[in-house]
Parts: sequence; structure tokens; C-alpha cells
Amino acid sequence: MEALLHQILAGLATGGIYASLALALVMIYQATHLVNFAQGEMAMFTTYIAWSLIHAGMPYWLAFVLTVLLAFVFGVLVERLVIRPVEHAPVLAVVVVFIALLLILNSVAGWIYTYTIKSFPSPFPKEPLFGRWLSSHELGAIGVTLVVVLLLYGFFRFTPLGLAMRAAAQNPDSARLVGIRVGWMLALGWGLAAAVGAAAGMMVAPIVYLDPNMMGGILLYAFAAALVGGIDNPWGAVFGGFLVGVLENVLGAFVIGNELKLSVALAIIIGVLLVRPSGFFGSVHVTRV
Amino acid sequence: MALLEVRALHAGYGHTRVLHGLDFALETGAITALLGANGAGKTTTLRALCGMVKAQGEIRFAGERIDARKTEDIVRLGVAHVPDGRGTFAHLTTEENLKLGAYTRKDRGAVDADLERMYGYFPRLAERRRQQAGTLSGGEQQMLAVSRALMLAPRLMLLDEPSFGLAPLLVNELFNILRRINEREHVSMLLVEQNAAMALELANSAYLLETGRVVLAGSSDDLKRDDAVRRAYLGH
Repeated sequence: MEALLHQILAGLATGGIYASLALALVMIYQATHLVNFAQGEMAMFTTYIAWSLIHAGMPYWLAFVLTVLLAFVFGVLVERLVIRPVEHAPVLAVVVVFIALLLILNSVAGWIYTYTIKSFPSPFPKEPLFGRWLSSHELGAIGVTLVVVLLLYGFFRFTPLGLAMRAAAQNPDSARLVGIRVGWMLALGWGLAAAVGAAAGMMVAPIVYLDPNMMGGILLYAFAAALVGGIDNPWGAVFGGFLVGVLENVLGAFVIGNELKLSVALAIIIGVLLVRPSGFFGSVHVTRV
Repeated sequence: MALLEVRALHAGYGHTRVLHGLDFALETGAITALLGANGAGKTTTLRALCGMVKAQGEIRFAGERIDARKTEDIVRLGVAHVPDGRGTFAHLTTEENLKLGAYTRKDRGAVDADLERMYGYFPRLAERRRQQAGTLSGGEQQMLAVSRALMLAPRLMLLDEPSFGLAPLLVNELFNILRRINEREHVSMLLVEQNAAMALELANSAYLLETGRVVLAGSSDDLKRDDAVRRAYLGH
């Protein structure tokens, strides 16, 4: 029983990280109706930047904030320079661009930082805060996730810019008709998604260690999370993230063993697509023909 | 000086040409109607005016060339378009839709006052302010589309079939409000309508389009008396 509780709590911690990355996927999906396969590698790359900053002697939280800001700029630039030129290209062409971005970021990270696994510091104390249930880092990761989610919610719900971004994602033509610069809203969305991904990367790196391939599995879990919640529903993505995290941990510990953990994500993806393609909370789209 | 001047306007979709050299002008403060049958190019004209379709020719708004500008820049000059199909943000609330209408304005205080003014014009919208726009009835959505355009504090309003799908009583109410807005706030209007009788009642002058050309122009009274217009569009 105690072991189960521990696994559930640990699952919530990694689930929070999946939730953040799933949220980033959903933000891009809502605006472009495409899943950014490079989201994980963007997060990985920015985590390396954080590592460099910390290694150069910068205090952790300063490096954290600076990395999030740099990730935002990076996301905006990626949209402007890489995604914008293929705006009107067929879906498959854009998917190829995403995959190219994934491979390029992965290789460049390996080229600069080598493929040797590095440890990444956690800003939270070594000793558990609340007994033996949860390490401080796990607790901290959940906290960071919640802060990220609340900040995003507040931004989209209560600021004029957030409202304009939602409008631009929903109905670009009408958005232009009220004077919204839709192109910039998309770029801003990419920036925010990259910033959220960076936070997720820095939270997961102390657990999985830093290497250019660290995000591969995590993106898969995030993708499963986004699908479970409904790929167009941000709350669903957060819920899905926590759910996938717990499932993965509990099943891995007690049912299928750690070696098969990743197949939980794949099973969820296939299951959702087969049984309920719109996820738990996604909107069902009906088209008249 | 004319508020809007259009010269030799050509536009179309892909290889299909819809407008074949349109010329017309709009007086400041006036309501001008564009009449014509389905496919005459009325909607395309409005879309070309605010940069939503590729067009050749000259469009001047308040003396400034706007034909090469982007939609959002034209909107920022004070041109509000109420598109056909209304174009409301279905998943946002009524109030969020209205606030978006004023997105480009900096005078926050006046915006809040305008919001209340819209609820005064259309009390139904006040009742539905927290409701998703997609759940409003057709008539309410049309009122929302018109109010959202007014929230821009526009100098020119382009109205694409505002009467479409509305009950006759609602059409009357809407046209009365449009007249009041025109008279009190001096918002110029370009009105596209299939309901020619109603449009000519509201407008000061009108242009009749046929297959992408202006075939007749004049004051509303002149057009009402024109035999061809009466037979084809007024039905008497």
C-alpha cells in the first residue's frame, strides 16, 4: 500500500512535467492544427542553455528565468524563420519541417555538448520535505507545473493579448477584421510554448539526466497526455499529463515492469485514437458533407 | 471629399474573375448601398476593400491608398467589416467578442462606455454577455457582429447582408439602429443587401452591380423610381 502511494505521488511529479509539455503541444495545435514533433527537442536544447548558464556560475533561479526568456525568443524565431515560410504548404511538408527541426536540434546539441550524459542540478533541497513519500524535487516539479499552468490560465483568460491570441487561433479571418496581427500572435504562441517546454525540460533533467535524447520518451508521454485530454483542450492536457504520469509509474512498478514503461504511452495513444479520438475533454468535430 | 474612392477595381478567386473594373465613391457620413443579384460581386467588393482578396485597381480611404495594405492595417484606419456569415468568435463569450472589436483602441475608458452603449442598443446581448457566442441565436449573432464592428469606433462600416436570416421585425429594428448610429455618430456605411427595398429606404444613394460592373448609380430615390430596378429588384 505504501509502495503504491509512493508510486502515485512520484507519478504525479513526472506527470506534471508531461502536463507542461502537453500544454505546449496543445497551444501550437490550437493555433496551427499541427503537432510540433520538435517540441521536446526545443525543450532539451534550452535545458542545455540553462546548464551552460549554471556552469558559468549563475545562480539557479536566475538561470531558470533567463532560460525561459531565451526559450521564448527562440520559439518566436523558429516560427518566424522556419514555420512561416511553409505556412501554406501541405500538412506533410510541415510535418517534415518539424522532424527536420527535431533532428537538427538533436544533432547540434550533440555536436556542442557531446552525447555524454550530464547531471543537472535541482533547485530544491536534498532532504524530503514531507517524510519519505515524495522527494523535494518531485514536490517542487509539481509546484512549478502548477505555477506555469496558473500563469498561462491568467494570461489567456484575463489579458487583452491573451484574448487576442485565443481569437487568432480560433478564427484568423475574423481576428484580422478586428485588427489583430494574426502572424505575430502565432509567433507569440510558439514563444510561449517554447518557454513552457523549457520549464518542463529543467524540471525533468535532474530526474532523467541531461543528454540530447532525453526528451524522446517524454515527448511521447506528453503526446499521449495531450491525446487523452483531447488535443484541443488545455485543461484536458494538464489532466492527461498527471494521469499518464501516474499510470506509467504504477503500471511500470507493479504490472509490466520498468522496461515496458514506454509502451504504456504508445498503448494509450493507440487506445485513445481507436476508442475516443477526441479524448476525454476534446471537442468532437462534425463536418457536413 | 469622398471618404472612399474606388477606381477600376478588379478582383477574383484563382482564375475566376469576379470584379471587372468597378468604379464608385462614398460620401463622408452617408449610407451607400450596393445592390445586385447573387454573384454580382457585392461580397467580393467588400472583401477587396479590406484586403481579404487579391485585387487590382485603386482604393483610397480618406485620400490614402489602401489597396496594397493588409487587412489588419486597413482595420486600424477605422474600417469595420461585418462579414457575411457574421464571423463571430463562436467559442468566446459575447463580451469577449465585443472587447475584441475594440482591440486596437487605446482609449480604455471610452471603450467601457461603448460596451455599455452596445448593451443599450441591443439589450439581448447584455443578457447573454457571459454566454458563448456560438450558442446565440442567428439574430443575436447578427447584432453581436454589428456591435463588434461598432466597438472599433469606425469611420466606415462595411455591412454584408446584415438582414440575412433575420425575422422581418428584427430587420426593422436593426436598420433603425444603423440609421441612428449613422445620424448621431456620423459613421459612414457601405451596405450590401439583397433586400433592395429595405436597403434603399436606409441608404442615401446606391450602386447597382451586375456581373462585376456598376450598371447604375444614383440617389436612392432615383433608383427606386427606375423601371429596371423596380422590375428586377423591388418586384413591382
